[in-house]
Amino acid sequence: MSRRWGIRLLWLLVPVSAAVLAVGISSIVLLSIDASPVDAFRSMVRYGTQGNSFASMINRAVPLFVAGLAVAIGFKMNLFNIGVEGQYRIATLLAAAAGAAITLPAPLHIAFIMLVGMAVGAAWASIAAVLKVKRGVHEVVSTIMLNSIATGLGAYLLANYLRKPAVGSELLIATPPIAPSGRLGPITQIGGEDLRSFLLIAIALGVGVFVLIWRTRFGYDLRASGINPDAARVSGVDPNAMVIRTMLISGAIAGLIGMSDLFGFFHAYTLDFPTGLGFDGIAVALVGLNHPVGIALAALVFGWVDRAAQILDLEGIPKEVIVITKGVIILSVVIAYEIVRRLVQSAEVKAAAEATRRLEEEKEAVPA
Amino acid sequence: MSWGGLDTAGITAPPAQARRLDTRRILLLLGCVVVLLSVVRIVTDTAGLTSSGTYGAALRLAVPILLAALGGIYAERTGVANIGLEGMMILGTWFGAWGGWQFGAWWGVVLGITGGATGALIHAIATVSFGVNQIVSGVAINILAAGVARFLSVVAFTGQGGGATQSPQVTSELPRFTMPFLAGGDLFGWRSPDVLGWLERRRWFLVSDVSAMFRGFTLELSILTVMTLTLVPLTYLFLWRTRLGLRMRSAGENPWAAESLGVRVYTMKYVGVLISGGLAGMAGAFLVLEAAGIYREGQTGGRGFIGLAAMIFGNWRPTGAAAAAGLFGYADALNLRSPEAVHALVLFVAISLLALGGYYAYRRRVVGASIALALGALAAVWFGVTETVPREFIFITPYVATLLVLAVASQRLRMPTYDGVTFRKGEQIS
Amino acid sequence: MGRSGLAERVPAVELKGITKTFPGVVANDDINLAVYPGQIHAIVGENGAGKSTLMKILYGMLRPDHGTIRVDGQPVHFRSPKDAIAAGIGMVHQHFMLATNLTVLENVILGAEPAHAGALDMGAARARVRELSESHGVPLDPDRLTEDLSVGERQRVEIVKVLYRGARILILDEPTAVLVPQEVVELFGQLRELRAQGVTIIFISHKLDEVLEIADSITVIRGGHTVATVDPEDVTARQLAELMVGSELPTPETRESTVTDEVLLSVQGLGVRVGERWAVRDATFQIHRGEIVGIAGVEGNGQRELIEAIMGLRLPDAGTVTLAGTDITTWSTRQRRENGLGYIPEDRQGRGLLLPSPLWENTMLGHQTLYPFARGPWIYKKGARAQTDHLIGEYGVMTPGPDTSALALSGGNQQKLIVGREMTAWPKVLIAAQPTRGIDVGAQAAVWELIREARAAGLALMLISADLEELIGLSDTLYVILRGRLVAELDPATVTPEELGSYMTGAREAGAA
Repeated sequence: MSRRWGIRLLWLLVPVSAAVLAVGISSIVLLSIDASPVDAFRSMVRYGTQGNSFASMINRAVPLFVAGLAVAIGFKMNLFNIGVEGQYRIATLLAAAAGAAITLPAPLHIAFIMLVGMAVGAAWASIAAVLKVKRGVHEVVSTIMLNSIATGLGAYLLANYLRKPAVGSELLIATPPIAPSGRLGPITQIGGEDLRSFLLIAIALGVGVFVLIWRTRFGYDLRASGINPDAARVSGVDPNAMVIRTMLISGAIAGLIGMSDLFGFFHAYTLDFPTGLGFDGIAVALVGLNHPVGIALAALVFGWVDRAAQILDLEGIPKEVIVITKGVIILSVVIAYEIVRRLVQSAEVKAAAEATRRLEEEKEAVPA
Repeated sequence: MSWGGLDTAGITAPPAQARRLDTRRILLLLGCVVVLLSVVRIVTDTAGLTSSGTYGAALRLAVPILLAALGGIYAERTGVANIGLEGMMILGTWFGAWGGWQFGAWWGVVLGITGGATGALIHAIATVSFGVNQIVSGVAINILAAGVARFLSVVAFTGQGGGATQSPQVTSELPRFTMPFLAGGDLFGWRSPDVLGWLERRRWFLVSDVSAMFRGFTLELSILTVMTLTLVPLTYLFLWRTRLGLRMRSAGENPWAAESLGVRVYTMKYVGVLISGGLAGMAGAFLVLEAAGIYREGQTGGRGFIGLAAMIFGNWRPTGAAAAAGLFGYADALNLRSPEAVHALVLFVAISLLALGGYYAYRRRVVGASIALALGALAAVWFGVTETVPREFIFITPYVATLLVLAVASQRLRMPTYDGVTFRKGEQIS
Repeated sequence: MGRSGLAERVPAVELKGITKTFPGVVANDDINLAVYPGQIHAIVGENGAGKSTLMKILYGMLRPDHGTIRVDGQPVHFRSPKDAIAAGIGMVHQHFMLATNLTVLENVILGAEPAHAGALDMGAARARVRELSESHGVPLDPDRLTEDLSVGERQRVEIVKVLYRGARILILDEPTAVLVPQEVVELFGQLRELRAQGVTIIFISHKLDEVLEIADSITVIRGGHTVATVDPEDVTARQLAELMVGSELPTPETRESTVTDEVLLSVQGLGVRVGERWAVRDATFQIHRGEIVGIAGVEGNGQRELIEAIMGLRLPDAGTVTLAGTDITTWSTRQRRENGLGYIPEDRQGRGLLLPSPLWENTMLGHQTLYPFARGPWIYKKGARAQTDHLIGEYGVMTPGPDTSALALSGGNQQKLIVGREMTAWPKVLIAAQPTRGIDVGAQAAVWELIREARAAGLALMLISADLEELIGLSDTLYVILRGRLVAELDPATVTPEELGSYMTGAREAGAA
C-alpha cells in the first residue's frame, strides 16, 4: 500500500511545479525591469504575514472560493460556465435591491437575501442551459454573451429602477442601504482587521458542494458524465437533464459570490462593487483542480498574493507583476496536471499489475 | 457540438436536412434588407439609419471583429478551438500601441501581430503538444494576456504620458484613402466632386441609401481595412485551393485519416493556431492605430468573443464571417452614432421578425412561427410605445444579436468535424 | 470468372508460414496464401479466426513473428503502411477513413496532391480521378461532398483513393458489411471491372453466398490456420460453412429445461433506422423466465442497434418493447435499469466502465440509484465497497482491492467485474453482449456456470455472441440475425454446425432449400 501513497505524492508535482514556474518567471520579469526579485519577495512575505494581513487575505479569499465552487461544479462535467461573472453581478444587484426593500428579523433577512441571489443566479444560468439543450448552442459563447448582457441590463435596472433617491448633490448610484437586520457584523478581529462572517457560510457551502459531488447520487451522475459520457448514458444518466440541473446549481452558487462583500461591507449594490470575481473564480477553480479543498487553498493563495503585493508599490515595484504571476500559475497548473495525470495513470497500472501478479502467485502456492 | 461535454443530441432525432444557403438566395435576402432599411428610414425619418457616416463607421467597427473571426476560422478549421482570441487581441492592442508610439504606425501593426501570435504559441503548445483541454487553455490565455498587458503598461507607460491602464497618445497614423469622384477624393491634387455624397443628400428612396452605402465604404478608407477585406478571398483561396490549406482542413475534419495519409497533423494545428493569433493581434493593432489612437485597458470589449460568434454564424467560412462581422459592425455603429437610428432599428427588427414568422407559418413550422410572430409583435409594440432605446440596451445589442443568431442558426451549421477534439497521435477514437 | 489454372505464373502476393502471436493468443499460425495477378481471392473465416491480423500484416500495420511475404515474387519487409503502399498494395478498411465534410476529390488526393508551387492543381487532380474512376468502372463525381454520398459510394471513394496512389493489389476488409443488396451488386460489377484491368483483389468476408459469387479462389481460415484453399466451382456453401465453423461443435449438456411460461421480455416488430438503412427490421421474439435466448450472427448485422433500442439508448422507428407485461418502448434508460433490465455492454471500456475511478465506483455504474449503492439521495460507499469485495471474491477479479482504479485491471478482470455487477443486481432480464470476450478459459467456464445458475433461479437472459460454443452451450432458443432481420429460430440441441454457419453467413435463408 505504500506504493499507492507514493503514487499519490506524484500529484504534489502539480503545485510544486506551478510554484517554481511562477516564482521563476516572475523573477525573470522583475529582473528585466531592474527590480530585485529577492527584495520583492521578501517585502511581500513580511507584509503578507503582518497581523492585519490575515483577515484581509481571508476576506479576499472567500468570494474567490465561492466563485471557484460555482465554476468547478460545471467543470466537473465538462460544462464550461464562464458566465459566473454576469450571474453574480446581476444576482447581487437584485438581491441587494430586494434586501433593501423589506425588513425581516435578522436570520430571515439574511436568508432572504441569499435566496434571491441564488434564484437570480440560477435563472440567469438557465438561459444558457436551455440554449444548449434545445438549440445546441455551446455554453462558452452563450455565457460570455450573457455576461455582457447582464452588465448592461444591471446598469439599466440600477440607474432607472433600483437606485436610492439622490440626497442633495450626491452622485453615487447605488441601491438603498440594507437594514441592520440584513447585515453581518464581523466574527472577530485579527490584528485589528475585521474578519467577515460570511466565511462561515462559505465554509458550509464548500462542505455542501463536497458532499453534493462526492456523496450524493446526483454527484455520482455528474462525475460519471464528466469522466465517460457514453458509459454514463448507458448507466441511465439523462444528458439533457444533467446539463440543466448542473447549470442551475452552478448559477445558484454564483449568486452567492457577492454576498460576503454585501453583508460585511457594502450593505448595498454600488458601482464600486467588486467586479471580475467571476473570472478570478475560473482561475481559482482551475488551480484548485476542481476540488473544494484545492479551491480553498488556491483562493487563499490568490488572496494572500493580492494582499501581499500591495506593498510592492511602496518599494517602487509595479504590483501588476502579480497578475503575470497568477496567469503563469494557472497555465502551469493546467499543463502540469495533464502531464502528471498520465504519469500517475501509468504508475498505477504498473503497481496494480505487480500486486495482481503477487496475488496470483500466492493463489497458486496454496493447493486448491 | 463536440467541444467536450455530453452529447445532448444523442437520443433525439437528428436535425432535418438544412437547406444550403446558396448565392442567389443570399443576394435576394440582401436586397430585401436594403429595401426594408430604406423604407424604415423614410418612415421614421432617421437619416442615421443608412447614412454614409454610419456605413463608414460600420466598416471600421467590423474590421476587428472580422479579423478575429478569420483568426477563429484558421484555428478551428485545423481542429483547435481558440477561446483565447480575446487575450491575443489584447496583446495586439498593447503591442500595437507601444510599437506605434515608439517606432511608428507600421511597426505597431507588425508588433501587434507578433504579440498576438506569441499568445497563440502558448495556446498551441498547451493544447497540441500537451493535450490540455482547449477551452481551459483559452481561458487561461485570456487571463494571462490581461495581466501581461497591465504589467507592461505600468512598466512602459507610466511617467511617459500614460499609466497602468492607458498608453500615451499614438500620433503616428496609417494611410487612409478616399475614392476620387465617387466620394470626393483627391485626384493628383484636385478635389474631385463627391457624386455619391450628392446622391445621398437627395434623400431619395433606395437610390440615396445605396449611394450612402457605397460612399461610406469609399471615404477615408484605412489601408488596414483594405488589407483585411482582401484577407477574406485570400483565406478562401488559401484554405480551399492550396495544398497546405487542404491539409490544414483535413486536420480538423478527420485527423486520423490525414495522419494515415502522411499529413503531419500536429504541424498543421500549430500553423492554424499561430495564424489565428496573428490575426487577432492585427485586430488589436487596428483598434489602437485606426480607431482610438491610444491603448486603453478593456479596449477590446469582448470583440474576440463576438468574432467567434461571427465565425460560427458564418459557418466557419470567410465570406459568411465577413457578412456576420458586417452585421455586428453595423449594430455597433448605430450604437455609437445615432440613438434615434437604434430606435428605428427596432422597427426594422419587428418587421423582419413578422416576415420570418410568416415564412415559418408558410412552411408549417409552428413553433418557429409562433416565437417569431410573438417576438415581432413585442418589438413592434416596444417601438410604438418608446421614444428612445435606453443607453444600456444599446450597449448590449451586439451580444443579444449574437445570442439570437446562435439560437436560431446553431443547428443548421456545420463545424469542422473534429473541432475541439484533442488529437493524440496514435490513439484512435473509433 | 477466371480460374487460376496457370500454375507457372508468379503470384502477385504470396504469404508463407506467417505466424503472429499476441500475449495469450496465437492469432496466425503458419498461414500460407498465394494470390495470382488479376484474380479475386477471397479469405473467409469467422470473427476471431485471424483474418484481420493477417491483413494488418499484409498492409504493414503489424510485423509477423515468422514467415515471408512476397510481392510479384520479390520478398518484402513492411515497416509501415507507407511501405505497403509503395509496393502497390492498397487497403480499403471496413471502417472508412474519410473526412465527410470534404469533397470526394479532396479525400482522394489528400497527402498526395498535385500542385504548382503550393497551389492545388484541381484540374489535373479532377482529370486523374475521373480517368481512374471511369477506366476502372467505379463511377464517382469528384466534386460531391462525401457526407452526401451513400455508403456504397463512400466505399468507391476509398477504392479510388488507393488506386490513385498506384495500388495494383487491393485488400477489401468486409466490404459488404455495410451495404444494401443493390450496392453489393454495384460493388461486384466494379470489382469485375478492376479485375479486367489487371488489378488483383483480396476480399475478406464471412458472407459465403457473396464470396461464392465473386471470387476466383477461396482460402478458409479457422483458429489462426489456413484450413483449405478451394475453387468456388468445386464447393458448395454448406461445405464452406463446415470448413469455417469446424465439424466439432460442443454438444450442449443435457440439462433440464427451466423455461417457464412467463414472458419477461417481449419484442414486437422492432425496427431501427440508421440514415437510409434499416439496421434492424421486424424483430420479434420473447424471452421467458428461466430462458436464455441466444442471438447468433456475425458482428455488424444489427445487434448493436437492437440492444440500444431495448435498453432505451435509442428510440426505435417501429415496434414495441415490453418488460414483464409493461410497455417500456418510450421509457428512459434509467427507468428500465431500475425496473430490472440489466446490461453487459460489449465495449467494456467505452461503455461499461469509468476507467480512472476506483472499482467500487464502477460496481455502482448502472445501479447507482439503488441499494446497496445508494440510500435515498446519498451514495452508500460502505455498501458499494462491501459489494465490490463480494464481487472480487465471487467472480475471481484479480485486484489488490476495491479502491484500485479500473484502468489498472486487465481486460479479463474488468469483464469479470462487469458481469458480476450486473448479475448480482438480480435483474429480471439481462442483456449480455459478448460476455466472455477476452476472458481466460477458466474464467469463461466460471461465468457460464454463473449464467446457468442464474437461469435456474429464474433469470431471463438475452445472449448476443460471436462465440458459437457459448451460444449453443447456453441457449434454450437460438435466433440468427442477418442484415437486421431474425432469419431463423433454431433449437440448439439439434442444430448442426453447417446449418448454423449457413444461416449466419447467408448461404441459406430460412425457407430456402
